[in-house]
Amino acid sequence: MKRVVFFLVPLVFFLVLAAFLFRGLWLNPREVPSPLIGKPAPVFEKAKLAQPSEMFSSNDMAGQVWILNVWASWCTPCRVEHPLMNELAAKKLVPIIGMNYKDTPEAGRKWLAELGDPYTTTFIDYDGKLGIDFGVYGVPETFVIDKQGVIRYKHIGPVTPEAMAKKIVPLVQELQKS
Amino acid sequence: MRGLLIACGVAFAVLAMPAAADEAVPTLNDPVVAKREVELAKQLRCLVCQNETIADSRAGLAVDLRNKLREQMAAGKSDAEIIAFMTERYGDFVLYRPPLKATTVLLWVGPFLLLAIGLLIGWRVVRARAKAARPEPLSAADRERAERLLSGEGDAR
Repeated sequence: MKRVVFFLVPLVFFLVLAAFLFRGLWLNPREVPSPLIGKPAPVFEKAKLAQPSEMFSSNDMAGQVWILNVWASWCTPCRVEHPLMNELAAKKLVPIIGMNYKDTPEAGRKWLAELGDPYTTTFIDYDGKLGIDFGVYGVPETFVIDKQGVIRYKHIGPVTPEAMAKKIVPLVQELQKS
Repeated sequence: MRGLLIACGVAFAVLAMPAAADEAVPTLNDPVVAKREVELAKQLRCLVCQNETIADSRAGLAVDLRNKLREQMAAGKSDAEIIAFMTERYGDFVLYRPPLKATTVLLWVGPFLLLAIGLLIGWRVVRARAKAARPEPLSAADRERAERLLSGEGDAR
């Protein structure tokens, strides 16, 4: 009996450790859970990329579900996800607002002209300060914000077709019903 | 000779200048404020380069967060308020030293727990060995037999 315990304890220890490490293989350490989920999105007013003399206000979106997509012309993964944003915009399901993060307006406009503009509006966050309020630490990032202005979902890194089809679109549809 | 030394010194100082220019320039003139800024920056993680504090990192985000730090210090915020500002946006992960709470208890006490388990196992193994090494006292029958053998009566088994 004692011998059995003697061999069993290290074995159980090993199996538990192995299970945790195995799970770790599929976790992305860059995905830090945002404390902002379930909290009201920051209220802000920023110059529009297309027409910097005009302001975009987050209050303009009150009462509707919207998507905030943080992008920059210098960001390579943004190029990867951009076709998905174009596709989503073509469905006319939900307004997508772009945040041009730490970019120059010229480069931003050129990027949109080149790759297509899925955004209802894009505003400029030239110094990244609004990005800090949204807890942005890597572009691209995508937020789903509900009718009450509460952040309901955040995707870090380029949106994948799976995340778009299985998370973002169903969530938007569900939030629009409520 | 002295003239040559001075000339060398001057030349060296001039040559060394570009190297000095690469070093981080202290942005705050008040050493107390600067020290406080560094102390705070050392407590905050740069989320882009996750194993560095924003005091060490050169990533764009770290620079932005340090600027935010300065801004808040200038606005007269306390250390606790500044740390709270960061955790509200980036979560506990932004803290280089994880806070002690229900979800992080294992992280804090885990190593000590493992050490305790190791010591317990070690202690039991050592005790078991010591017990095995100690000769058992002779039973009455064995003693009798030994006496018989020693007195030359032979083994009567």
